Amino acid sequence: MSDAILSLRGVKTDIAQYHILQGVDLDVPRGQVTMLLGRNGVGKTTTLRTIMGHWRARAGTIRLDGDDIAQAPTPAIARRGVGYVPENMGIFSDLTVEENMTLAAASGPLERERLEWIFGAFPALRTFWRSEAGNLSGGQKQMLSIARAMAEERKLYLIDEPTKGLAPAIVSTMAGALRDLKRRGASILLVEQNFSVARALGDRAAVMDDGRIVWTGEMAELAGDAALQERLMGLSMETA
Amino acid sequence: MTAAPDHAPTLSGPGLKDRLGQAAPLLLVPVLVVLGYLSIGSTSSWLTLTVSGLAMGMMIFIMASGLTLVFGLMDVINFGHGAFISVGAFVGISVVLALSGWAGAPSLALNLGAIALAVIAAMAVTAVLGWAFERVIVRPVYGAHLKQILVTVGGLIVIEQLIHVIWGPDEIFLTRPESLKGAITFAGAALERYRILAVVFGLALFLAMRLVLRRTKIGLIVRAGVQNGEMVEALGYRLRLVFVGVFVAGSALAGLGGVMWGLYQEVVTAGMGEEMMILVFIVVIIGGLGSVEGAFIGALLVGLLQNYVAFLAPKLALVSNIGLLTLILLWRPQGMMPVVKAK
Repeated sequence: MSDAILSLRGVKTDIAQYHILQGVDLDVPRGQVTMLLGRNGVGKTTTLRTIMGHWRARAGTIRLDGDDIAQAPTPAIARRGVGYVPENMGIFSDLTVEENMTLAAASGPLERERLEWIFGAFPALRTFWRSEAGNLSGGQKQMLSIARAMAEERKLYLIDEPTKGLAPAIVSTMAGALRDLKRRGASILLVEQNFSVARALGDRAAVMDDGRIVWTGEMAELAGDAALQERLMGLSMETA
Repeated sequence: MTAAPDHAPTLSGPGLKDRLGQAAPLLLVPVLVVLGYLSIGSTSSWLTLTVSGLAMGMMIFIMASGLTLVFGLMDVINFGHGAFISVGAFVGISVVLALSGWAGAPSLALNLGAIALAVIAAMAVTAVLGWAFERVIVRPVYGAHLKQILVTVGGLIVIEQLIHVIWGPDEIFLTRPESLKGAITFAGAALERYRILAVVFGLALFLAMRLVLRRTKIGLIVRAGVQNGEMVEALGYRLRLVFVGVFVAGSALAGLGGVMWGLYQEVVTAGMGEEMMILVFIVVIIGGLGSVEGAFIGALLVGLLQNYVAFLAPKLALVSNIGLLTLILLWRPQGMMPVVKAK
C-alpha cells in the first residue's frame, strides 16, 4: 500500500511460551478507518499492544510513517503521535476526569477549542469534569478513555473494542465520536466486535486468524458477503 | 459534530455507608487519641504521650513515604530502604558533631543552622546513594519480587558494613543542640521541644508532598503511574525516569528521617535503619500500598499506639503494632487507602 501511515511486516510476538502473533502483515491507510476483525483470541489485542510497544515483537518490522518503531519504547511511540485506547480503558480511577484529561495532553496544556469539541462528542464529561473517574459508569469511563486519546492531535489512533459491553445509547455516542474523528481525517486502527459499528465506520477491514492476517479488503466488500464472513470469522454480520 | 443521544447522564454517588467507609481511616487517629485520653485519665500524661506519639509517627511517615511510592510505581519491594535511614543518620550526626560550636551555642539560629546543614548533607548523600542503588541493584530485578528481596537485603547488609568501615563498629552518642533540649510546660504537661519541632516539620512535609502530588503535573504522573504505569507510558511519559526520581527522593526522605530519628534517640547505630524498617513496613502495609495519605495516617496510628500502650501496659508495647497491623488487615485486607491492589 503506497500511502500507509502504519505498516506491519512479518510481526511475531510471543507471550511467555505462547507464539501469539505468527507473522502479521498489515497496512493502515492514512486518513481511513481500518477495522481489525476476527474471533476472540486470534491476536487482535496483541497486535495493538505490539504496535504500542507494550509487548515487544520478536521478529518483523512496524513502520510508522516509514520509520521502524518495532523496538521503540512505548513513550517514544506515543510521542510520535499514536493515541491508544486499551480494551480495559486504562482509566486512572483515583484521578478526576479533569486530571485524566490534563495528563492526556502530554505536550502542553489542553487546548480550549479541542476540549469543546470533546465535550460536544461526550457531554457527560463536562458534567462530571471534577468527579473521580472511578465513580463514572462503564460507558462514561469508555467515553473518557476515547476522549483522552482525542486530547491531542494524533497521527494514528489504536482503539480496542470501544463499544464492548455498553448500552445501545452509549454505543451510539461512541460511534458518533469515532465518525467525527474520521471526518477530521484521522487514521484509525479499530478492533471492534460490534458488526453494525464496524460496518458503519470501517473503510477497510483486516481479518485475523491464528495470529495472522488472513484477509484484507474493503469493509463494504466484507459486509456484503455473508459467505466470506462465515468463512473468515465463523459467523455472518447479518446474524450477529 | 454528531449530537449525543438524548439521555441525561447521572453520577451514581457513593451512599452513606460507602462515604462512611471512605472516611473511616481519617477518623481512626482522632478516635485513638480520644481512647488514649479515656484510658490514661491524666490530661498532662495524655498530652505528653500524644505529642510524643505524633512526633514518632511523623518521623516514621517521613521514612515510609518514599517506600510506598516506590512500591506503588514500579512494584519494587526495597528492603534496602533501611540503609538510607542509617546512612542519613550517620552523615547528619557527623555534620552536627563537626559543627559542635554551632550546635552547642546558646543561639536558636546557629542551632537550627547546624541541623539544616546536617539535613542537607544527609539528604544529598542518601539521594546519590539511592540513585546508585536503583541503577546497580534494583534495575536488574524489575518484576522479580523474590530476587528484589534477596538483592535489596544484600544491599542493606553491604551498606551497613560500609557504615562500620567508615564510622567504626560502635554506636555514636550525641546530644541535641542547646535550643532543642528540654521541654516547655503546657497545661501541666511537659512537651519536649524537639518533639514539637518534629510534629511541625513532619506535618509541613506531608502538606508539601500532598501539594506536589495533587497540584503539579509531575504529581499527576506519579499518582497515575501508581495506578496504571503502562497507560501513563502510552500517553507519552517516560515512567522509568519518574520512578528514578521518586526512588531518589524517597531515599533522601529516608535519610532525612534517619537524621531526625538519630537526634530524637540521641544515638545512631548501623542497624537502626533495619530496626526501623519493621515499623516502616507496618505503616506502608496498613496505609495501603502506594498511598502517601494512607502512610501518613498509618504512621500516626503506629506512633500514638506505641506511646499509649508503653504507658498503660509496657509489656504489650512490643506487640502493639503487630496487633494494629492484624486488626487493620482483618478490617481492610488491602490496607486503609490502597492505590495499588496487592496481588
